Amino acid sequence: MSHLLDRLNFLQSKELEQFSNGHGQVTRENRDWEDTYRNRWRHDKVVRSTHGVNCTGSCSWKIYVKSGIVTWETQQTDYPRTRPDLPNHEPRGCARGASYSWYLYSANRVKNPLVRGRLMKVWRKMRETMAPVEAWTKLQNDPVLRNGYVETRGKGGFVRATWDEATEIIAAANAYTAKTYGPDRVIGFSPIPAMSMVSYAAGSRYLSLMGGVCMSFYDWYCDLPPASPMTWGEQTDVPESADWYNSGYLLLWGSNVPQTRTPDAHFYTEARYRGTKSAVICPDYSEAAKFGDVWLNAKQGTDAALAMAFGHVILREFHLDRQSEYFTDYCRKYSDFPMLVRLEEKDGQFVPGRFLRADDLDGKLGEENNPEWKTVAWDRQSKGLVSPNGSVGYRWGEDGEWNLESKADGKDTDLAMSFVLDTDHDDVIGVDFPYFGADATEQFDAGDRRPNILTKNVPVRKVQTAEGEIAVATVFDLFCANYGLDRGLGGDWVSSDFADDTPGTPAWAEKITGVSADKIIHVAREFADNAEKTHGKSMIIIGAAMNHWYHMDMNYRGVINMLVMCGCVGQSGGGWAHYVGQEKLRPQTGWLPLAFALDWNRPPRHMNSTSMWYAHTDQWRYETLTANEIISPTAPEGDWDVSLIDYNIRAERMGWLPSAPQLKTNPLEVSKQAKAAGKDIPTFVAEQLKSGELEMSCEDPDDPANWPRNLFVWRSNLLGSSGKGHEYFLKHLLGTDHGVMGKDLGEEGAQLPKEAKWHDEGPRGKLDLLVTIDFRMSTTAVYSDIVLPTASWYEKNDMNTSDMHPFIHPLQAAVDPAYESKSDWDIFKSIAKKFSEVAPEVLGVETDIVQLPILHDTPAEIAQDQVKDWKKGECDLIPGKTAPNYIAVERDYSQIYAKFTAVGPLLDKLGNGGKGINVDAKDEVQHLRDLNGVVLDEGVSQGMPKLETAIDACEMVLMLAPETNGEVAVKAWEKLSQATGRDHTHLARSKEDEKIRFHDMAAQPRKIISSPTWSGLESEKVCYNAGYTNVHELIPWRTLTGRQQLYQDHLWMRAFGEGFMSYRPPVDLKTITEDVKDDGDTLFLNFITPHQKWGIHSTYSDNLLMLTLNRGGPVIWISENDAKKVGIVDNDWVELYNVNGALTARAVVSQRMKDGTTFMYHAQEKIVNTPGSEKTGNRGGIHNSVTRATLKPTHMIGGYAHQSYGFNYYGTVGANRDEFVVVRKMKKVDWLDQEATPKEAAE
Amino acid sequence: MNEFFFGIYPYIALSVLLIGSIARYERDPFTWKTSSSQLLRRKQLVVGSILFHVGILVIFFGHLIGLLTPIDLFHALGVSNEFKQTLAVVAGGIAGVMALIGGLMLFHRRWTDPRIRKTSSFADIAILVLLLAQLILGIGTIFVSVQHLDGGEMVKFMTWAQKIFTFRAGAAAEIADVAMVFKLHLFLGLTIFLVFPFTRLVHMLSAPVRYVMRPGYQVVRSRRNPAE
Repeated sequence: MSHLLDRLNFLQSKELEQFSNGHGQVTRENRDWEDTYRNRWRHDKVVRSTHGVNCTGSCSWKIYVKSGIVTWETQQTDYPRTRPDLPNHEPRGCARGASYSWYLYSANRVKNPLVRGRLMKVWRKMRETMAPVEAWTKLQNDPVLRNGYVETRGKGGFVRATWDEATEIIAAANAYTAKTYGPDRVIGFSPIPAMSMVSYAAGSRYLSLMGGVCMSFYDWYCDLPPASPMTWGEQTDVPESADWYNSGYLLLWGSNVPQTRTPDAHFYTEARYRGTKSAVICPDYSEAAKFGDVWLNAKQGTDAALAMAFGHVILREFHLDRQSEYFTDYCRKYSDFPMLVRLEEKDGQFVPGRFLRADDLDGKLGEENNPEWKTVAWDRQSKGLVSPNGSVGYRWGEDGEWNLESKADGKDTDLAMSFVLDTDHDDVIGVDFPYFGADATEQFDAGDRRPNILTKNVPVRKVQTAEGEIAVATVFDLFCANYGLDRGLGGDWVSSDFADDTPGTPAWAEKITGVSADKIIHVAREFADNAEKTHGKSMIIIGAAMNHWYHMDMNYRGVINMLVMCGCVGQSGGGWAHYVGQEKLRPQTGWLPLAFALDWNRPPRHMNSTSMWYAHTDQWRYETLTANEIISPTAPEGDWDVSLIDYNIRAERMGWLPSAPQLKTNPLEVSKQAKAAGKDIPTFVAEQLKSGELEMSCEDPDDPANWPRNLFVWRSNLLGSSGKGHEYFLKHLLGTDHGVMGKDLGEEGAQLPKEAKWHDEGPRGKLDLLVTIDFRMSTTAVYSDIVLPTASWYEKNDMNTSDMHPFIHPLQAAVDPAYESKSDWDIFKSIAKKFSEVAPEVLGVETDIVQLPILHDTPAEIAQDQVKDWKKGECDLIPGKTAPNYIAVERDYSQIYAKFTAVGPLLDKLGNGGKGINVDAKDEVQHLRDLNGVVLDEGVSQGMPKLETAIDACEMVLMLAPETNGEVAVKAWEKLSQATGRDHTHLARSKEDEKIRFHDMAAQPRKIISSPTWSGLESEKVCYNAGYTNVHELIPWRTLTGRQQLYQDHLWMRAFGEGFMSYRPPVDLKTITEDVKDDGDTLFLNFITPHQKWGIHSTYSDNLLMLTLNRGGPVIWISENDAKKVGIVDNDWVELYNVNGALTARAVVSQRMKDGTTFMYHAQEKIVNTPGSEKTGNRGGIHNSVTRATLKPTHMIGGYAHQSYGFNYYGTVGANRDEFVVVRKMKKVDWLDQEATPKEAAE
Repeated sequence: MNEFFFGIYPYIALSVLLIGSIARYERDPFTWKTSSSQLLRRKQLVVGSILFHVGILVIFFGHLIGLLTPIDLFHALGVSNEFKQTLAVVAGGIAGVMALIGGLMLFHRRWTDPRIRKTSSFADIAILVLLLAQLILGIGTIFVSVQHLDGGEMVKFMTWAQKIFTFRAGAAAEIADVAMVFKLHLFLGLTIFLVFPFTRLVHMLSAPVRYVMRPGYQVVRSRRNPAE
């Protein structure tokens, strides 16, 4: 009752209970104070949600709500149990997620729609007398008014707007852009649908309905490993983290599991308790290093050399000197090792050429259908050439032989992997392999002065073809030669002694990587030995680290080669575990129609971001890397000496890569011209392109007609996180203050591109309007013209999946969106509504022309078995075959909202599917009608299922996806069974009646159903593991050979010396020029940007709780030795710079770091605690201020089976690890804090 | 005037002290603390704090015993007024200087360390200033006291204090003619009583004395009354 009276207990008995021999005492005191703490944790309800952030964690959380306020969150612990012999998944979560609720009511929350003040002022004035589109047109046509707001981007000056005003500006800008330049000038960037798939779909559905462009992310982030589609024809497919536990040997290669895969790290610990051996490879002493039995601290950027040496040991000891039965059987069945490669003569020398195809042979081995796409091997049983089942030629146009049975033409085969025995080969000839080891720059120079062509002896057979007799070799024999293995055939550059310094040996790798040969041999042996004994249970876990180098394919193919040699891929507990980017959108097939409005019109517009940003932030204007530096000395004849952007233009022209914008002329106009000419669209466009009347936009990115005009950024922090070449974005795309210090090619007097048109003056400010939708004031928001407040992850309904575990679970609105925010779904719905009202001012029912590249997993993917450019007259322009396809799409611009909010009719008509499997969807659409209700209003959507709320949208995804609807899964497996001629439906039969609904997931995370969209199974017997159905169900990989393809025979692959993997040193980006260098104490360090501990990319890096756990602002790490050289002590402010720009940060001086490198954990927001740069005079940048994207031509290849374009599947990637920076201590720390002048304030 | 400051004001101050402390203890128990800044910076705190606290404790108990013990008791114990006066001057002087040095160190630290300054409330700084001023005044009285070591002045204060505490009339008159510095010292002392409940000084009332006498080192709270 009274605290004081309760204390006045002097008269009470002092006979207190004691225990533990008087050491313990029971006190008698008032305990009411405890209630305060108890009340602190009292709550009204708990709601299941998660964090829609790009971490792949996908952890289910409990959100606690008290008096309508989210108070805190804790980890959910109700995941379905795993099997008795396997640890459970939970609890999943980390410190970052636990700090999320801070954001909801923080100062950094975007609370109202914000518009750039100058824009708002002009807009309001104009709108007094003008209609919306008219007003926007006037505004854009007046350079003073336009520059007025464009130049102030990033400099504050936002004013509050109403939702009505903000969406009206957006709608007017979109309508004006579509009318004036074409709808493909409206682009949207949003990453990783898996983290909140309906929020992604909201924006992409709006864009797809109005003809806008969705930009890719996985490739741009450089998380896409092109080696995966090259080897498997699959974007990325990996084991779930629980499968680590099944492994016998875990090799962690540049992946910092405890730091970046925190919720999964327990499986690593548990695996170690189980007795799994582990080696860790990373240059720094990372958190993962301490888990390893051995730590190999290879020099950064030399991983491919290490991989090659591992491979050398494995081949020698398990494939040559002794042949492991398991390995040999596996490789014969599942790899391209037995396939035959033509050796092509160039200047009297032989180089590996194309795969031998059935088409090359007289009689084509009896193959009528696609003989040019059927690869050939030597059968020891029939002692002749056969075309084994499973190559891509069997996939399209026929059924029943697209499988991995050891058969050809219906007969059993026994394929030869090697011709090494004297009785098996007709000849031994010298074959040229390119060698790049001597190309290293100063920082990577290992003293290697070998020639750049190494000729090695290879056993060959002579084969009679239509063109005469040619020599062919098996991939395996060439592969062994490439790895420098002596087969007893004589000749140079091969060795049988690991201690020889011959390219490929451990001794050779020691010089390059710094890892001792002993350790290399030891780890390779253990890895392979375990795989042999356990039939493939050796696993390699890789992170972003290795994939961010320019030659990432070499690193990755080196790793993949090891796994294939040891039969690990597709085996439980084994394989390739690349955990970067939350790419596994489990119910993808159900989500695609929602996201890209495939229920209303097909195809949607997609663009690969790397090529787009490279062109439109004008980074190509500063390109320092020439094709000559990376071309192979063994390249076939060709016009290779062109700029990197020229390669990209060729790729777009030949239909390999997509384009955005697409045509220089507005497609809405082109269709009118076609109609006037009375021609169908593809024919008309082809004629016009050939005659030069029409131009592709890619050929002149700087012409105002080809600029992207409106950009939406949502669920993303493009400028504060992934924008490689940040300062170029600011300079050219945004047109505001920037820190670019280098000169462009014109100013340098360097060789200009041949195909891209050069303008002496680079354009500034290409974008008319930048709209960012976020819950927090990110760096991108700060630079935007309009910022819209979105619901946080505890305020909206959505879904979330991951590749790390097999569950699907929801985000839910624990509370209503705070302040004036709305969910992404509601925001785009309101934009669609406004747009439908505003657009009819200038747009009616229009015919749009969508340019479509040749897509992977479609019959068109076998388009170009030879590289021919129509523009050079090498072939005719045939849309969809030798060039992109041009497809008419009708758009009624007054009906965008009606279409947005209802399921369209095309699902009934055309069915639904993915990855080449299309199934009927009539039943599912009917179920959706019953579940969501139908639209009653008259109009285009009458009678269709409603999509009013985000939950309606979730139900559409869940209903259509085989992963969440057992009926669909069975239908999909049936469809695949037709193609393979084998019955796969048993994989889903047991789940046929299972249908997961939104409220099921809300009750508990639900395990997905096995589907042919993915190569792993989710059953009661095995963990999800990539390639599992390929190996156990004999479903071919979706490659040219249908097998795991370790040899790449496309012309461009051979030209750039990457037919086989090899060690390629990091490239020289030449960013530290004489102009930018300074005298005094400076370091030149390799700039490495790993994933951080205190944030997930930029998210949480501005969160007070996480800032408190680190240094409270941007930091870089350097080694003690480097720091000492230039007098830097821990916590000093330092500046990092090169021609691309400058950044400022505090230095963390640590023994952990390897000399010669600096780490800057990527994406530390520059809005927090970042002082001005002495070099640029602007506020110090973000990590990407010192980077610039550089394209690699081999990633542009298309129209060639597995090397065909897919959105986020294949394409150029934004590499950034090869960068060097100058590091110096700052003399003066200037915070650039000054009050606005009264004039500025008045604006 | 004299009557108000030394006859009425003491009752106001002591009433506020009593009622204010009880009210704060009841209403706002979580503010009942020392508000130590030790976590922010340890340096300078340890020495300053010990000097200050030891000095203050000696002075406090010196005053308490010296003022409130009936004079006859001292005489009965054979303590002469002169001796008591001398003892008070010497012991009080030393303790006063200790407390002053310690207090100044604490003040310097609180004023100059940006983190501590930022986390200090007005009351935190004001009470330190008051205490320092009181210490200076207290030391100042020594110079007057040494002029009459017979203890006559001292007896006046004892009588005054005892009259106040025993609610007898005419307390103020007892000290009407003492030196000004004593009056100021008394007034400031009463003022410190007045502001006591609104400052961190309340921690004095919760000195962890029992801790020393606790028998066990493992403490378990007794079961709450289920009816509560």
